[in-house]
Formats: sequence, structure tokens, C-alpha cells
Amino acid sequence: MTALVEVRGLVKTFGEGETVTRVLKGLTVTLRVGEMAALLGASGSGKSTLLSILGTLMRPTAGEHLMLDVDMTVADDAALTAFRNRHIGFVFQFHNLLPDFTALENVIFPTAVQTGRETDGMRQRGRDLLARVGLADRIDFRVPNLSGGQKQRVAVARALMNQPELVLADEPTGNLDSAAAAQVMELIAEINRDAGTTFLISTHDSRIAERCQRQISIRDGVATG
Amino acid sequence: MPYVLKIGFRYLTANPGQSALLIFGVALGVLAFIFMSALIGGLNTMITENMLGNSSHITIEAPEDRVRALLPGGPAVHLLSQQELTEGSILRTADAFEPVIAAVPGVVVTSQVISGSGFLIQGGSTAPVSITGVSAAKVSEITDIAADLIAGSTDISGSNILVGSRLADDLRLSVGKAVPLRSSTGAERVMTVAGIFDLGMGPGGGSAVWLSLANARSLLGMSQGVSRIETQIADVNIADAVADIIRARTGLKVTPWTESNANIQDALDAQAQTGYIVRAFALIIVVIGVASAMMLSTYRRRPEIGIMRAMGASQRFVVAVFLSQGMLIGLLGGVLGAALGFLLVLPYPAVDNYTPGTLPIDIRQGSYALAVLLTTLGAVLASILPARAAAAVDPVQAIGQ
Repeated sequence: MTALVEVRGLVKTFGEGETVTRVLKGLTVTLRVGEMAALLGASGSGKSTLLSILGTLMRPTAGEHLMLDVDMTVADDAALTAFRNRHIGFVFQFHNLLPDFTALENVIFPTAVQTGRETDGMRQRGRDLLARVGLADRIDFRVPNLSGGQKQRVAVARALMNQPELVLADEPTGNLDSAAAAQVMELIAEINRDAGTTFLISTHDSRIAERCQRQISIRDGVATG
Repeated sequence: MPYVLKIGFRYLTANPGQSALLIFGVALGVLAFIFMSALIGGLNTMITENMLGNSSHITIEAPEDRVRALLPGGPAVHLLSQQELTEGSILRTADAFEPVIAAVPGVVVTSQVISGSGFLIQGGSTAPVSITGVSAAKVSEITDIAADLIAGSTDISGSNILVGSRLADDLRLSVGKAVPLRSSTGAERVMTVAGIFDLGMGPGGGSAVWLSLANARSLLGMSQGVSRIETQIADVNIADAVADIIRARTGLKVTPWTESNANIQDALDAQAQTGYIVRAFALIIVVIGVASAMMLSTYRRRPEIGIMRAMGASQRFVVAVFLSQGMLIGLLGGVLGAALGFLLVLPYPAVDNYTPGTLPIDIRQGSYALAVLLTTLGAVLASILPARAAAAVDPVQAIGQ
């Protein structure tokens, strides 16, 4: 399979001087188009840091980072923001929806923010995505009126709105009961299978890792697998 | 609706109680702005009406420099002038100038005036008087004698004169009484009192004698011409500009009320400055209030800002969201304040009917649109720093909060 994301010799440090902490120590990994990979590692091993860098939310201290053959380390903030909007989706552990918005408004946000206005086309795609994640009857519900599992499914729909090549999921089921977690994982697997969207899922849960085609482990700041 | 405006509005309505309080606070600032505008404007109108209502707004006289010569004098050119001492104050061709002056935009009334001084003699008493000669048809055009008439009429035809009330009291004059009038040139004629007036503190008050132009001309020995042409204009606030036009068209000496009554102008200017300062403070309070509210709002929404940034919202977008929120606060507060301000000044009587003991508030001078505009602009400016701070939020840190 073709490489979607490549990072080589990735280094990320926090702090300065005597308090400097090296989280990533020359990490190298490649994500291929259409694969669904689990990212494993102990707490503090650098999983979230790697996801932040891959999501262009954070810059590495050193190393190479390419996605779709674009060098992310030389792009300016505005270019990274635009790239992230078009090519990367996020699903966070705590859903991170906009609380004053409805489910539909949250889903179409990534597209509306790109064009500066909402259109009927966007709304229709948002409805379709919500229907796909099983929330056709919750379209106009405000976030506080949704259950935890429903919020996470809205987050999945939002991550897919701009048809990104890569979705980064940070403990997407970590805050859900087992039934809701199973539903969300089933949904992710289905989208990966049907749309060929690449998923990188950070998790502590071995059952989730087993559902992925590949397991990448981070230990001592480097990746294996 | 632009997307940033929708989000700004959503944020505003997300906490209705808090937003309503903020908007009401802004409205109170605007209310103060409008009240002060109406009060200062009303005071201005009242003072100018009282002080200028019965006097000339722009006075046109013969130029003081009648003979001029340009002589070379090295690198400089010296302008020599010689004042014609005997005829310098006589406007000889008033009949030709008056239509030109009357045609200047803004001029509503013109009146030729001959003035001088003299004495009224009654029995053994002699009283100094100021003599004012005007056209019989325009006796009440500049100074509204008719409105201030105590007795008789304003008929100054023939040998009729109008006398001030104090003069009438001192000399025990009454309507129909014949009285000799001697001018400063020594000419004397017996005149008949046709009316008695009281102009209060206005010009030509108690010791004035008004008579026809023809009688004034013969008594003061002015064979032709007049002392001046007096005018009133529609808007006293543009007297300087109208005077400039008259000066340019006639080449005469033109004096607007702002020069002849510089003390009034100074008082009005000082009053206007006070009004500006009070209104500026009202706006500053609005700006500080909005800025602090926006600071709190952006701080409280840091996680959401992080989410927006993670979803691909640019920093510019985040700035626009909070600027639009600030703009809506200013606009809604401004409109509410303008409405409340209008309702507050509505019960006050019109400035024209001002009575002592109340405030001379002019509802027409509330500057409502200006208040809304400045408040909206002020609220947007107040939101700039909080919005920029919001845009600088690190999405990773903010989401992790």
C-alpha cells in the first residue's frame, strides 16, 4: 500500500535546560493509505504527543514529517491549519464537541469554517453522516442533550465531514461503556472498510487493538510494529 | 448569514442572563451619551435663541480701508491703507448690496439700519438715547419689536417713534405723546410716541428709540447710505461660513455674531467641550465593560477555541468570531440605549417652550445614530485584544483543559 504519512527520526522535547523532557527520541513510523492501526503504549509514552504532531497541532523538535508528500515541518501555521482542515479528522476521548451547537452544526463545522458560511449541501451531507452513525433522530439535539456514546458518534461523523484521508482517534472509547465502545469501534471499522479512510487509534484496550490490522507500540520514545 | 456572525450570535445567546446584563450595561452608557447630547444641544439652542434671537446674526458695514495702494518695498510689498475718517462708517450703496446679500444661501432676513445717538427732551428732563432707524416694513424683522410691545403699535411712519420702556418710565412718556428728539449732530425734531416696547436684556433695550430710516437719515445728517445691513440666517451655527460668502461676494466688512459676541461663542465652545468629555467617558466605560466581558468570555471558551482550531479554524476566523460577538453586544446595547434615551428625554418640553426650573433638553439633538455607531465601533475595538488572545490559544493545551 502507498504511504500516507511518514515520520522519520521524530524528536519532541518539552521544557528547557535541566527540566527538559525528551518524549519522542527519534521515532520513525509510516502509515499506509487505507490501513487501520492501533497506537499502543504506557501512559506518558508519547502517544498523544505523536497524534498531536501527526495532526499538525504540534511541531516536532526535530525529524521529518511528510503527509501526502507534503513536508509538514516547513509549512507555516496558516498552511498547517488549512491542511489539517482538509485532510485530517480527529476523534478525541472526551468527544470535544462545541457545547452550544446542535449535533448537525457540530458535524458541518469543519466544512463551514472552510467556506465561511453554511449551505444546504453541507447540511445534507451532515444529515447523511449522522444517519450513518445512527443518529438520524438526534440531528437537532444540542450536545448536552446527547448521551456519551451519541456524542462520540457525532464526533466520528464530524471527523468524516471533509472526507479526510487520515483520522486520528485518541482513546475514542476510553470514556464509554462497553456497549457504546463496541458501537463506536464497529462504526470506525465500517468506515475504514467502506471508504478506505486511514485510522490511527491510540488505545490501552487490547480488544480494540486486536480489531486493528496493525499495532504500533511506543516505548522509550521510539516506535515498534 | 456569515458563519462567524452566526457563531458570535450563538455565543451571545448561550448565556442569556449574562448577555442581557452586559447589553443593559452598554445601553446605560449609551443612555448617558444621548441624554448629554440632548442636554448640551438644548442648552446651546436655548442660549443662542435667547442671545441671538433679537439681534443681527451677520452685520455688513462699509469696509474700514477705503483707499489702498500697493507700493514696492524691497523684497516685501507694503500695503498702505488710509481710513476715511468722515465717511468710513457709512455704507453708501446699501440698496445695491442688499439683494446680493439676501440671495446668499442661508440668509433669511436683511434690514438696512441707520444708528446713532441723541437725546429725548421732556419738560426739564433730558435722557440720552440710542437712535435706530429701520425700514417701516421691516421694523420687527431682526428685533422682534412687535412681540415685545407693551403699548401702542409698531407704526414708525411719519414722525412716529417707538421708545424703550425704561425711557418711557423715566420721561413719563405715553403713546400719542409728542416729544422732541435731538441727535448728536444737533438736529432736532418733534416726534410722536407710537409704541413702547420692552426687549429685556437684549440690545437696544430700555433707552432705545426706533424710527423710520428717513427720519433717522435727516436727524443724523446722513444724506445717503446706511450704517449697516443686518441679517438673520436660518442656522446660527454656520454664521462664519455664510459671512465668508457674503464677504467674498460684496467685498464689505462682514461680522458674524461669533465675532461680535465672542463671549457667547466661548461659552458655547466650553459647554460643547464639557459635553464631549462627558460623552467620551460614557463611551470609555462602555468599552471597558465590553472588553472585560469579552476577556472573560474568551477565557471561559478556551477549550472550544482549541476544538475550533483543531477542526481547521484559522486564527483569523477565531478573531472574527469574537469581534462579531463584541459588535453584536455594541449594536444591541446601542439600539437599546438609544431607545431608552429617547424615552428618557421624551417627557421634557421642547426647548422653544423652556421654562426655568426644568432642563433645556432638545430631543432632536440626542445624536441617536452617532451613539449607536460609536458604541458598536467601541465594542468592536474593545474586543480586539480578547479576540487576538483567543486566537493565540494553543489547541493542544486548550483541548487538554
